[in-house]
Amino acid sequence: MKTKTILAALGGLIVSLQFATAGDITGKITVSGKPPAELEIKAVASDVNCGKLHSEPVHTRFYVVNDKNELADVFVTLKGISGKSTGASAPPLIIDQKGCEYVPYIGAAQTGQKIVVKNSDPFLHNVHPTPVNKAGGNKEANMAQMAGGADLNFTFPAPENFLRFKCDVHPWMFSYINIVDHPWFAVTGKDGSFTIKNVPPGKYTIVAMHRKAAPAPAGVEKEIEVTAEGAKVDFVLEAK
Amino acid sequence: MAQTKDTSHHPWLHRFAVLTALFTLALLGVGGLVTSHGVGMAVPDWPNTYGYNMFLFPISKWVGGIFYEHTHRLVASFVGLLTAMLAVWLWVVETKGRTRKIGALVILGVLLLMGGLMGVREHKVFLGLAGVAAAGMCFSIYQFQRDGYELRWLGVLALATVILQGVLGGMRVVLYKDELGIFHATLAQLFFALICGVALLTSSWWRRNVPLSPSQTKSRSKAAAFVSRNLRSLLLATTAVILLQLVLGATMRHQHAGLAIPDFPLAYGKLWPAMDAESVMRYNQQRQEITAAHPITAFQIGLQMTHRLVAVVILIGVGWCAQRLRRELGGKHPLTRLGWFWLATILVQAALGAFTLWTNKAADVATAHVLVGALSLVTGALACIIAFRQSAPLRAAPASAAFDLTRPESGARPVAAQK
Repeated sequence: MKTKTILAALGGLIVSLQFATAGDITGKITVSGKPPAELEIKAVASDVNCGKLHSEPVHTRFYVVNDKNELADVFVTLKGISGKSTGASAPPLIIDQKGCEYVPYIGAAQTGQKIVVKNSDPFLHNVHPTPVNKAGGNKEANMAQMAGGADLNFTFPAPENFLRFKCDVHPWMFSYINIVDHPWFAVTGKDGSFTIKNVPPGKYTIVAMHRKAAPAPAGVEKEIEVTAEGAKVDFVLEAK
Repeated sequence: MAQTKDTSHHPWLHRFAVLTALFTLALLGVGGLVTSHGVGMAVPDWPNTYGYNMFLFPISKWVGGIFYEHTHRLVASFVGLLTAMLAVWLWVVETKGRTRKIGALVILGVLLLMGGLMGVREHKVFLGLAGVAAAGMCFSIYQFQRDGYELRWLGVLALATVILQGVLGGMRVVLYKDELGIFHATLAQLFFALICGVALLTSSWWRRNVPLSPSQTKSRSKAAAFVSRNLRSLLLATTAVILLQLVLGATMRHQHAGLAIPDFPLAYGKLWPAMDAESVMRYNQQRQEITAAHPITAFQIGLQMTHRLVAVVILIGVGWCAQRLRRELGGKHPLTRLGWFWLATILVQAALGAFTLWTNKAADVATAHVLVGALSLVTGALACIIAFRQSAPLRAAPASAAFDLTRPESGARPVAAQK
């Protein structure tokens, strides 16, 4: 008993020391070239329910980019790390269905981390994750979610990039969730920036992936060294 | 062998078979809309619909993709009912006494069993049912050719097929298997051809124009003319290629890869597109898919190119068939006219294929492509039935043959050929 207590204390000390010396990786992602114009999803306006929720046309979200060419919805992660998931104790990733769109369009979670799907719309959707890595244990499911219905919970045990969630009732609704086996990842915001927090010092390969911007879906890789002060790295992806 | 009730024509039975064929075509259309809209999984459960008995699902909830999928299920149930009625009718017409009663009761029992299974959720029960239906299909084909080609076995075959088809559709939903969707789509086409075949074989046209037995050949019309072995082989081969083409099309549709190549007549601006990994990566970057949002693969690009090439083969094959029919049978022969109609459906089908791409796979255009594809298969199948039957050696019809689909007797020759 005494030994266990000492080991636990030592473990806690090591983790604390790690966080004490860990740094944040920050950066910004821009896109070169001219992204194609987004398409209007005409089915939204013509749908008897969804059409009532929008006064403006709804468009695809392939390239969410501002006038400075800063690119949102880029998944940034450390490469080659496995078995470090803290997903079981991490707060859940929330996906909402709002105005017949999944929000967020691009997200990320750890293996074993709870993914909670909400329905804020006043009518039903069906929530249909379609994983590719079924050999790793990620399971496809298709569940109805009524208006005001209980949240749906999902977890995926294996890493997978851009795991697709869809709604077949409204077949233009998609969300892509990246599942990783460690806690060091981020998705860029509207200004193209990202922060990966509490990365232990060391040398890493960092990769930035976008569904469409080249090189997709493999992304751009860079070698970085993280110190107690952190690290800064920017990426340029290409619209073709 | 069962005993016959009578050998007279049954015009209402024929009309009922035509009605069943029309509803089957409508079912193919609704099924096509389900896949074209990408909403095959809009109702997550089966055989229930969102927990309701499917016949009691409130109309107010028929929204979005649910409308197409649920309508598909209801029309499919109705076609199943029509098929069971057709099977009973054929059985009653061709049998009498105990055989008639037992057969009719068995078919009605199967129908009641299907209704009773609506509340069952065990997949194993339905997989078992699929196995029984497949065995029933094999048995009825065996009995059909053994019992002198009596139509009641085609009725049983149709019933077994529609049951298997329903289970395949349901299993595709609950097992998340796109592959089952490909089988489901192909079997739908074959089922439609089968029902159209029954409609042909029960028609007064068939009785008037197809040589039935030596005693009837004097009164048959000029339509009964000999079709050469080569032409029959050509008709059969072309129809088989159309079936292959429909399988390719079903594979593309159920992988949602109909737009794996978005341009036509070129493919990514070339006669043959580059299919290396880097090129496929570039294609995916440039795709702006609104519904079928899945990366395409080199296999899917190859599949569409194969679909295009097979279309050319079919166009040549059907054109050749039409020309050969005209040369052998004359321009006014019904088979020749059917051949020209067949060629017209292929030309319309080719145009619809092109428009499917040019309209970015608009659901109504893509579904029309499916329907005309079904019509082209059926036209080929009916042409084969007529050509092979008209050219087959004859023997006297057995007493049991209500529809006089006599089994060919080896060594005999058709009267037309003897002339």
